[in-house]
Amino acid sequence: MLGLAKRKTSVTTGGSLPVVALLAAVCVFLAIGCAVSSIFAQQTVAGLAQGAIYGSLALALVLIYRATEVINFAQGEMAMATTYVAYQLTIWGLTFWLAFFVTLLIAFAFGVIVQVVFIRPVQHSVIAVVIVTIGLFILIDGLVTWKWGGELRFMAAPFGNNVYRLGSVTLSRQDIGVLLVSILSVIILWALFKFTKIGLGMRAAALRPAAASLVGVRVNWMLALGWGLAAVLGAVAGMMTEPSTFLQPTMMQPILLYAFAAAVLGGLESPAGAAIGGVLIGVFMNLIGQYVDFATAELRLPIAFAVLLVVLLVKPNGLFGRRQVRRV
Amino acid sequence: MAELLALENVTARYGPVQALHGVSLTVAEGEIAALLGANGAGKTTTLRAVSGTVRRDGEIRFAGSGLSRIGPDSTARLGIAHVPEGRGTFAELTVWENLRLGAYTRRGALKDDFARVQTYFPWIDERRHQQAGTLSGGEQQMLALARAFMQRPRLLLLDEPSLGLAPLLVTEIFRIIKELNEHEGLTVLVVEQNAHIALQLAQNAFVLEVGRIALAGPSSELERHESIRRSYLGY
Amino acid sequence: MRHLPVRQLLVIGVAAVVLALLPFQLSGYHQTLAARVALYFVAILGLNILTGYSGQISIGHGAFMAIGGYTTVLLSIHQDLNLILTLPVSFAVAFAAGILVGIPALRFSGVYLALATFALAVSVPQFPLKFSTFLGGSNGLRTTVTPSYLWLYGVSWACAAASFVLAWLLLRGRIGRAFRAIRDSEVAAASSGVALPIYKTLAFGVSAAYAGVAGSLLVLVTNGYAQPGLFGILVSLQILIGAAVAGLGSLRGVLVGALFIALLPTVAADVPVIGSTHGQDVVFGLIVILVMILLPNGFVGLLSGLERWFKTAIKSDPKTS
Repeated sequence: MLGLAKRKTSVTTGGSLPVVALLAAVCVFLAIGCAVSSIFAQQTVAGLAQGAIYGSLALALVLIYRATEVINFAQGEMAMATTYVAYQLTIWGLTFWLAFFVTLLIAFAFGVIVQVVFIRPVQHSVIAVVIVTIGLFILIDGLVTWKWGGELRFMAAPFGNNVYRLGSVTLSRQDIGVLLVSILSVIILWALFKFTKIGLGMRAAALRPAAASLVGVRVNWMLALGWGLAAVLGAVAGMMTEPSTFLQPTMMQPILLYAFAAAVLGGLESPAGAAIGGVLIGVFMNLIGQYVDFATAELRLPIAFAVLLVVLLVKPNGLFGRRQVRRV
Repeated sequence: MAELLALENVTARYGPVQALHGVSLTVAEGEIAALLGANGAGKTTTLRAVSGTVRRDGEIRFAGSGLSRIGPDSTARLGIAHVPEGRGTFAELTVWENLRLGAYTRRGALKDDFARVQTYFPWIDERRHQQAGTLSGGEQQMLALARAFMQRPRLLLLDEPSLGLAPLLVTEIFRIIKELNEHEGLTVLVVEQNAHIALQLAQNAFVLEVGRIALAGPSSELERHESIRRSYLGY
Repeated sequence: MRHLPVRQLLVIGVAAVVLALLPFQLSGYHQTLAARVALYFVAILGLNILTGYSGQISIGHGAFMAIGGYTTVLLSIHQDLNLILTLPVSFAVAFAAGILVGIPALRFSGVYLALATFALAVSVPQFPLKFSTFLGGSNGLRTTVTPSYLWLYGVSWACAAASFVLAWLLLRGRIGRAFRAIRDSEVAAASSGVALPIYKTLAFGVSAAYAGVAGSLLVLVTNGYAQPGLFGILVSLQILIGAAVAGLGSLRGVLVGALFIALLPTVAADVPVIGSTHGQDVVFGLIVILVMILLPNGFVGLLSGLERWFKTAIKSDPKTS
C-alpha cells in the first residue's frame, strides 16, 4: 500500500540550491574569462557549440532511459546512419535544409521501427536489451560501411564558412548555427512534452506504466514514440556534427561517449540535466585542452570519463537527478 | 434495469497461483454494487479481470457484448474506469495533469467536464498546479475519483476507496460516490473491506471467499445475514 | 552439484582427449584459432562469474585484459621472465585491479555500473598512448620471445582447463551460493547475512583476474604484441556478447560462447553474398540480435529446452511408459 502520510514537497526533479548556485558560479567564471581573454572566449564559444551537440545526443539517451530504464548503446550509430541518409538525399539533388527535414521524418520512423522490431521482444531483461543495442551498434556500423564505404565524405556546409568578429574574438557562423539549431530542437521537444496530450501520455507512460495503462495510454506505443523522438534528436546531433568531423562511419563514436558523460553528469532522468551537462562538458573539455598542458588529445576521453566516474561516486543522481527509491 | 456488467465463471491466476476459481456476478446499469470479502479473497483480482489488468478465462459481458481479452488501455476506451489499489495517482505530475490524463481517451473540449468536477470537488481548482504526490491521503482519493470521472465512464471500478482514511473522510468520499451515481448515472462496482459502509452505499452486494462468490443479494438482506454479521460486521 | 555424475565425467574425459590430440591435425593457422577460442573461453568464464553469477554488469573487461596483456609484455621485456611465469603474475595483477575497481563499483548498480565499466574500457587503452615511452604508444610493445603455435595451443587450453576447474570449485560451494543469492536479490542476501561487499568485490577480482590471463594469451597469440588497438571497446563488447550467447549463470555454454566470438568473424567473412569485412559486421550484429531475441537464455537455454523436450518425448513414448 502506498504511504498515506503527507509527502515532502520535494518530489520534483532536484534543481536543488547548491547545484543552482554552482551553475551560477560557473556562468560567472565563464563570463569573466571571456571578457578577459579572447582565446578563452573563442574556446568557450566553440565549446558551447560542441557541447550543444553532446547535449542533443545526451537528451536522446535520457529520453529513452526515462521511458525504459535502458541505455541505447546504438544511439550514436543511429544518428550517424541518419546523417548518411541526409547525405544521400543531397546527392540526389535536395538542398541541405530540405534534406535535413526529410531526414528528421525518416529518423523518427527508424527509431519507432527499431523499438518495435528489436527492443520490444527483449524489453523485459536489462542485459538482453543492452546486448541487442550493442548488436545494433555493430550491425548499423557494418551496414553503413558496406553501403557507403569507410572513406571520408562531405556534405555542403549548412551555415556557410563565414566568421564574425567581435573585438578580437572570432566566432564562426557554423558554431552559432549549431547552437541555435540545438537549442531550438530542445525547446520544441520540451514544448511537446509539456503542452501536448501525447507528451503527457509519454510522461505518464514513463513514470507509471501501470497507472497510465488504466487511463487509456497505450504504453507500448509511447515507448516507440520515445525512441522515434530520440532518433530525431540523434539525427540533429549527427547533421550538426558533420561539418566538423565530416562524414565517416566512426563520426559519432566519440560523441556518444561524451554524451554518456553528459547524461550521467546531468542525471540520467533529467532532460534539462542532459542538455546542461552536455554544454558543461563541451566548454570545459575545450578549456582544459587549451590551458592544461598535461591534458593532451589522448587524455580527452579519460578526462571526460574521470568526470563521469567522479559524478557517479559523489552524486550518483547527477546534478539534477531525482533521488532513486529502491523498491525492496 | 439493464445488465451492464456480467461475469460468468471467471478464473484468473498469478503465475502458478489460482486467485479466482469461477466468479459469477452481474451489475445492473445505474446501480452501486459492493464486492466484499476478507484479505486475499480475490476482490482486487476480480476488478483486475474486468479491466484487463490480469489475464483471465471465462466470460465477461459489458453493455451486452462480450469483452474480449484486451488490455487495460482498451477497456478504458470502452468506458470502464478502474481506480486501483493505491489510487493510480501520478504523484510526480500536477493535479491538473492528473485530471487531463483521466480524460486521455476523450476527444473534444474538456471545459464542461472540468466545470462538473469543480461542483463535486470545489477545492481542486485552486490546487491545480500542486504536485499530486503532496496531497493528503483523502485529497488523493478524491483526485482519483475526479480523474475517473473525467473519463466519463459507464462503469466505475473502485478498489478500497476507504483504505487508510479517517472515518469523516470516508463518509465524505462515499457521499460523493453516491452523488456521482445518482446525478451522473455512473454505475459503480466497489470493493471494500469496510462492509458496514459499503452495504449502506450499495444496492446489491457479493461476498467473495477464496476466489468464489459465497453470498450474493440485496444489501439489506446481507446486512441481516448471520455469517456476514459475525465475520464482517462484528456482531 | 556436489559430485560429478558419471555422464559428465565421461564428457569431460572425451573432451580432454580430443583437445590433446586435435592440434596435431591442424595447420598453424587453425592452431592459433583454437588458441583464440581458449582465451575467449577464459575471458567469458570470468565475465560469467561476475555478471551471470553475482549479477553485476560489466562492459569493461577489455581494460583488465589490457592490464594482463601489458603485464606479460613488460615482464618479458624488463625482467626477461619466462612467458608461462608471466601468466600467474598477470592473474594476480589483474585480480588486484579488479578488487580496486570492485570497491567503488559497490556503489553502482545496473545501468550505472554498465556505464562506469564502459568508461573504464574506453579510457584504459588511452594510457599507453599517453605514456608512450614506457608503454609503447600506438605501436605497442613486443615480448622478447615469440612462442610457437603449438605452444600457444597447449598453454591456452591448459589455462582454459585450469580456469574451468577453478570456477567450478569456486562456484559449487558457499561462495557460489552467495553469488547466486546476490544476483537474485541483494536485499534478501544481505538480510540473510551474506556480506555483500566482500562477495561482490571478490567476484570483480576473480573475473578481472581471468580477463587478465586472457589478455596475456591474446598478446601472445598476436605474435607477442601488446597494442592499445588490441584492447579497444570491441573486445569488451565481444566478451559480454559471448557470455550472453553462452547463457549467463551457468558454466555449460561457455565453450559455445567462445566459439561464437572467435569463429564467427572468420566464418562471416567467407559468406559470398556479403563478402567484405564489413559484411562480417552485419552478419555478426544480426546474429547477436537474433540470438538475444530468440534465445534469451543463450545457448544454455537452448540446451535446457532441448533436454526438457527430450524428456517429455521419452515420457510420452508408449514403449517406455
